Amino acid sequence: MSAYSFSTEKVSEHAHFSDALLEKARVAIAKYPEGKQKSAVLEILHDVQNEFGWVSVTAMDRVAELLSIQPIEVYEVASFYTMFNLEPTGKYVLEVCRTGPCQLRGAEELITYLEHKTGAHHGHPSPDGRFTVKPVECLAACGMAPCLQVRLKQLDGDYKYYENLDEPTVDRLIAEEWI
Amino acid sequence: MATQTKILTQHIDVPGIDTLAVYRQHGGYAAVEKALKTMSPDAVVEEVKKSGLRGRGGAGFPTGMKWSFIDRKSGNPRYLVCNADESEPGTFKDRYLMTRSPHSLIEGMIVSSFALEAHLSYIYIRGEMLATMRILEKAIVEAYAAGLLGKNILGSGYDLDLFVAPGGGAYICGEETALIESLEGKRGNPRNKPPFPAVKGLWQNPTVVNNVETIAATPWIINNGGEAYAAIGVGRSTGTKLISACGHINKPGVYEIELGVPVEEFIYSDQYCGGIWKGKKLKAVVAGGSSVPILPAQLITKTAAGENRLMTYESLAEGGFASGTMLGSGGFIVMDEDTCIVRNTHSFARFYHHESCGQCSPCREGTGWMEKVLHRIETGQGRMHDIDLLVDVAKKIEGNTICPLGDAAAWPVASAIRHFRDEFIWHIEHPQEATQPGAVYRGEAAIA
Ligand SMILES: Cc1cc2nc3c(=O)[nH]c(=O)nc-3n(C[C@H](O)[C@H](O)[C@H](O)COP(=O)(O)O)c2cc1C
Ligand code: FES
Repeated sequence: MSAYSFSTEKVSEHAHFSDALLEKARVAIAKYPEGKQKSAVLEILHDVQNEFGWVSVTAMDRVAELLSIQPIEVYEVASFYTMFNLEPTGKYVLEVCRTGPCQLRGAEELITYLEHKTGAHHGHPSPDGRFTVKPVECLAACGMAPCLQVRLKQLDGDYKYYENLDEPTVDRLIAEEWI
Repeated sequence: MATQTKILTQHIDVPGIDTLAVYRQHGGYAAVEKALKTMSPDAVVEEVKKSGLRGRGGAGFPTGMKWSFIDRKSGNPRYLVCNADESEPGTFKDRYLMTRSPHSLIEGMIVSSFALEAHLSYIYIRGEMLATMRILEKAIVEAYAAGLLGKNILGSGYDLDLFVAPGGGAYICGEETALIESLEGKRGNPRNKPPFPAVKGLWQNPTVVNNVETIAATPWIINNGGEAYAAIGVGRSTGTKLISACGHINKPGVYEIELGVPVEEFIYSDQYCGGIWKGKKLKAVVAGGSSVPILPAQLITKTAAGENRLMTYESLAEGGFASGTMLGSGGFIVMDEDTCIVRNTHSFARFYHHESCGQCSPCREGTGWMEKVLHRIETGQGRMHDIDLLVDVAKKIEGNTICPLGDAAAWPVASAIRHFRDEFIWHIEHPQEATQPGAVYRGEAAIA
């Protein structure tokens, strides 16, 4: 498994972590015994993605510094786990489940519809920069298929699940919620 | 039909059950009081052994026995790690339980950690469930404030710290050694066994990994005794199990059943799935999450010998791979008569290819080949020898990898061909028809 693509561009704004982000990193590191701070890397990468929208090499270098590990130890992790977007995305990343059980109840049709409505195709951001449509594997919501999840700034970066989706609901969400 | 005992979900609909106060009003944390103040760790292990509780993560390994393997001699720190990675397609029970009743898991973590004499434990939750992670963390803060976690819990002298750690999107991290790697901040590449985690797990220390549902069952066992738990169910399938039912049924959802409910009743009774949607007929079921063999309608409700099949580990496995399947994680995926088995098998193959960690060649390459060949058949480019090619690739993956993801990838393909070979042949012989939107093979054999 691997990330969809990996931007190697340096992003100077990502070199500085806000106090809030540093505090989150501190809390994550404190969960582990001394010397095992590397364990916090996934949680910190989530926080970084929430702060900047995606995970750049510049930010990963800073994470390596915080954890006193080599940059490659962060890159190899970030590129293994599919939730981390290693290049800029649309403002809302619609992670739509495409796996079997959801497919039985219309996941493929939903993905096509979302791409059509948002103009975000093949994992690339929509021309207006508002959306990326990212097909993902089973989200543990198979009984509420089809479904998707979105990371929302309003929820401090937590992911919100949207379940039992149909076209009118998607239209409403695009018009009113994901703005 | 007898009323069903509810162990995990008895209070799940009570408003506010996610708060400590309401959870306690409904008897919550009584097992912590009882275990920590009146029992020894060994006595807790004994009680769980007596209960016959088996791991609910998929493999069904006896929990008490697993606990007794943990190395207590080396003097190294011991850890309990809860597997909340739930990502087996069709499975959505752990998320339901943790989100609605987080204290059920936390109480179980305290009791189980005590049994293992662990003083530091983790709940590893899949990254997609960050919102559920916040719910658990809020509940953990409440538990610390009430003296149920931390130093000298309830004055018993027992100390425990509990944290939640998120994954980042990787099915493989549900495999226990990949999970441990991930918890160490690495890529989720499974480890060779032995050594088993009970000897060398997290940071090379003795570790037990258990599923959410397994751990959440332990407080009831402590409160009511292992024998009371063992009295529920059938034979070696004791207690209750959460079944997450999805696909083409009237009432998808999570159902707590006493093990032993007839499969037919589970599918058609209004108490559970409520029958096949839109008045259609049943075609096939994947009974225990996407990794277990698919069965056609006539083999899911009755065994090949004509006996009623029950929702138990043993009954679902009756007939072996020739005509049986597995209870697995309890992800119950139902397909109606209009389902294309080739398409569904392709979707599962794509899943395993996407999720293979890439460490072992048979799995990394084989899952890719299976996806490619199935895609070819689905899109009308299949050749007749592709069917045997798929069987051959599946065989070469099975048993030849470090972790069971390889088997999990091979079984759905092998079983689909075993039971629906006609449908694959039809796809290859009638590419024009088979690639029409909504086209489905309707041969006699496929529909009960
Ligand atoms: C590829 C793969 C994925 C797995 N995913 C999960 C999972 O998401 N949750 C889980 O509890 N067990 C999962 N397991 C099983 C675990 O390896 C392990 O057996 C289980 O967590 C043990 O807990 P239990 O004895 O309580 O079931 C998976 C196994 C494999 C091979
Ligand atoms: S298959 Fe879509 S959530 Fe499980």
